[in-house]
Amino acid sequence: MDLALVWFLIIAFFWLGYLFLEGFDFGVGMLLPVLGRNETERRVMVNTIGPVWDGNEVWLIVAVGATFAAFPGWYATLLSAAYLPLLAVLVGLIGRGVAFEYRGKVDSVRWRRNWDRVIVVGSWLPALGVGLLLSWNVLGLPIDVSGNRVGSAFAALQWETLLGALAIVGFSLVHGAVFVALKTEGEIRSRARLLALRIGPFALLPLLGLLLTVQLRAGSTWTWVCIGVVVVAALLSLMRLGIGREGQAFALMALVIVGSVVALFGALYPDVVPSTLDPAFSLTITETASSPYTLKVMTWVAGLGAPAVLVYQGWTYWVFRKRIGTGHIPPVRVP
Amino acid sequence: MEVLDLARWQFGITTVYHFLMVPLTIGLAVLVAGMQTAWVRTGDPKYLKMTKFWGKLMMVNFAMGVVTGIVQEFQFGMSWSAYSKFVGDAFGAPLAMEGLLAFFVESTFLGLWIFGWDRLPKKVHLACAWAFSLATVASAYFILAANSWMQHPVGVELVDGRPRLNSIWALLTNNTALAAIPHTIAGCFAVAGAFLVGVAVWHLTRRKEERPVWRASLKLGGWVGMISFAALAITGDVQGKLMFEQQPMKMAAAEALCHTEQPAGFSIFAYGDVARPDCENVKSITVPALLSFLAHNDFSSEVKGIGDLVQEYKAKYGEFYPVDPQLGELSGQPIDYVPNLPVTYWGFRLMIGFGALAALAAAAALWLTRKDRMPKSPWFRRAALAGIATPFLANSFGWIFTEMGRQPFVVVPNPTGVDGVWMFTARGVSGLTVGEVLTSLIVLTLVYAALAVLEVFLLRRYARAGIAGVMPGKPVEKSQDELAFAY
Ligand code: HDD
Ligand code: HEM
Ligand code: HEM
Repeated sequence: MDLALVWFLIIAFFWLGYLFLEGFDFGVGMLLPVLGRNETERRVMVNTIGPVWDGNEVWLIVAVGATFAAFPGWYATLLSAAYLPLLAVLVGLIGRGVAFEYRGKVDSVRWRRNWDRVIVVGSWLPALGVGLLLSWNVLGLPIDVSGNRVGSAFAALQWETLLGALAIVGFSLVHGAVFVALKTEGEIRSRARLLALRIGPFALLPLLGLLLTVQLRAGSTWTWVCIGVVVVAALLSLMRLGIGREGQAFALMALVIVGSVVALFGALYPDVVPSTLDPAFSLTITETASSPYTLKVMTWVAGLGAPAVLVYQGWTYWVFRKRIGTGHIPPVRVP
Repeated sequence: MEVLDLARWQFGITTVYHFLMVPLTIGLAVLVAGMQTAWVRTGDPKYLKMTKFWGKLMMVNFAMGVVTGIVQEFQFGMSWSAYSKFVGDAFGAPLAMEGLLAFFVESTFLGLWIFGWDRLPKKVHLACAWAFSLATVASAYFILAANSWMQHPVGVELVDGRPRLNSIWALLTNNTALAAIPHTIAGCFAVAGAFLVGVAVWHLTRRKEERPVWRASLKLGGWVGMISFAALAITGDVQGKLMFEQQPMKMAAAEALCHTEQPAGFSIFAYGDVARPDCENVKSITVPALLSFLAHNDFSSEVKGIGDLVQEYKAKYGEFYPVDPQLGELSGQPIDYVPNLPVTYWGFRLMIGFGALAALAAAAALWLTRKDRMPKSPWFRRAALAGIATPFLANSFGWIFTEMGRQPFVVVPNPTGVDGVWMFTARGVSGLTVGEVLTSLIVLTLVYAALAVLEVFLLRRYARAGIAGVMPGKPVEKSQDELAFAY
């Protein structure tokens, strides 16, 4: 297997990690006012992701940064063509990150209420934007022979990409609810479980819709298998959740996103950015890959770095494995 | 306004802003890890209080560093896609290494440190502080290696018109980087030192509580401030010598040295019209022959002026921009090889000047408070508080000088390197619409402005509250399973 292909897979892996981890971060943020009925409950929710949200976000930074190093043309074309959606993602992530850190730093109802709004908007916006970006990438952008976007800022918008935006939002909602059910105790836990069960069958439909659309356009036989895995895993996940096995439900949600990412990147292969204007303009793995030397260096870096990341991030989740309930939340002590 | 101008403003504003948070995070992170080490070793509660207090201020600042950093990571692709395509093979590698080897460690161990106070054994918790703070230094290393490659591209060969990495080692040990990294890290400590001094003086002159904590912080900050300035001067001198070799135009611009001189004097203060590259009306107070010494360690050597350099550059890199729609208004126009003179000239002096002011302030604070003295004058307090701003300003001017001094190149031609590995800034920009870039410029600037207000508000609040704000005085009733820290 040549290194360019290896790097295509590594980048898919970083996206997978990102969607899996930040998926529940987004869900927690989006559901903050729905599941958290009072201040203490909202604090419980924020604290389930408190120690980890920043580490989860780095998966996005690395997915994008690794694309820069391994496929400069892919990085440059995708990011400049999807300029405005990315701006929305950035603004959302900026607000959210600051909000987590600042919301508890002043003891005032108004202060916290405003930051809660930032968290909610800052979770919806990037989830929509990332979905748009990914589905745009897979379904193709109107790029010319040198990889530049033709037409206005919205030239690439197609209804399928809106489906993609909803797909990530829907997944994050369910995933986040399952995560809250897994990490909390008391009333909020059962509320989260019920919510996941109730919205699950609908919220996951856009994801299925996206996968089918992509499949019909560019799929092959084995990507059908992935879609099958996604459907079965989603159903099983909700069933396990129904009988209170939150850990298993969460693991099955992981399988949902694994299947989805594999299907999406499988359909993308061997392109990295298909052109909707003319297939001959599509950017391919071989065309955009960096030199073999750069890829070799990067393979060493990723080979040593990525397993270490899995180990110490895994350790963090283990250190903070205990469920949190309203009884764990200390009173507000701020100047 | 063209996309090029807007994209440059955006990059300038967002990076300078990012670099307001960065030095405070780096400097404080290392100092806080040191304070915690002192506490673990001696058990003296003074050090625990210092750790908690300065650690809290660091966290308020850290969040802003993170979120503004993400913008930077995306911006190369969003606004500078032609640049990214051109340099990706070499420049992308250190950027990706920063993410994989530094940001992951930084973010994960900071989370463990913040939330782990009662979950982790004392020494493991301390190790998390060190992992985090050393990772911030590592991230500075990688990003500065990337930036230095733009100033002095090494470790590449030209294949099909694009630089291709052939030695990552050369890139990571670029002499430009090895000089810029200690210089920038020292700049970070200058910031942290002044911050410690300013806040500690405020408490010592206003309040009676916790004097040992503030005295120790003042002393630490004062020494860190002075030592880092010495380090800045030494490493800056090395950078200056490299710059004469690698970017003679930048140095000539920094000195507003229009004509080749032998020996050349160092200009301390110029008056008249610095903005004109012919220096018709510039008069300057100079130290004779000092510039020759700075450039070559020899008081009698020749230093080239802007006029001669422009001729050299024209001969090497052309007189006119090619005719190409991508270049917009610049297409077919003469190339202006002279960087913005007032910015480079004054940027250089303000960097050194504000840095020197910071060092003087640190020395004065230490001297005035020696042997438990404490000046009563409110001016002492005000001066110490104002002193906090000086190293921030010095850092910003340093960057503005470095980045604008390399214009019109985004990748500066390396005089001893491979031919063809350079790029005009105008060539690097993405093919976007003015509307898009204008939107992002406005949105980001407004968001950043609002966040600046909030950060300063919180920093002030927590700085004033002192130790009581981070550690409740008497041990409060704490139920068995209450979290030690929660958002
Ligand atoms: C000399 C140091 C330095 C310089 C020149 C830069 N940064 Fe930075 N950056 C840091 C030092 C740093 C840091 C100290 O490591 C930060 C600041 C606060 C923090 O959380 O980490 C950081 C944060 C930070 C983050 C967020 C990391 C996270 O989520 O933990 C990103 C993505 C970047 N930076 C990217 C950039 C890019 C693309 C730059 C170039 C234009 C850049 N930084 C300049
Ligand atoms: C790895 C680090 C950095 C890289 C790769 C980098 C790269 C760039 C690029 C691509 C541009 C746009 C092209 C141009 O206008 O010249 C730019 C401009 C600029 N950068 Fe940097 N930069 C880095 C760090 C910084 C930092 C930390 C600062 C300051 C805090 C800074 C300040 C500026 C400024 C002021 C401009 C505008 C220059 C102009 O408009 O002429 N840079 N830089
Ligand atoms: C005392 C004398 C100093 C000298 C001789 C000096 C010299 C230099 C030189 C020559 C450069 C440009 C390097 C290049 O463009 O290749 C530079 C950049 C810079 N300086 Fe200084 N400097 C001094 C003090 C300071 C101080 C006090 C600070 C901040 C507190 C500071 C912060 C910076 C920064 C952030 C940069 C840009 C990053 C870099 O290229 O390292 N400098 N300095």
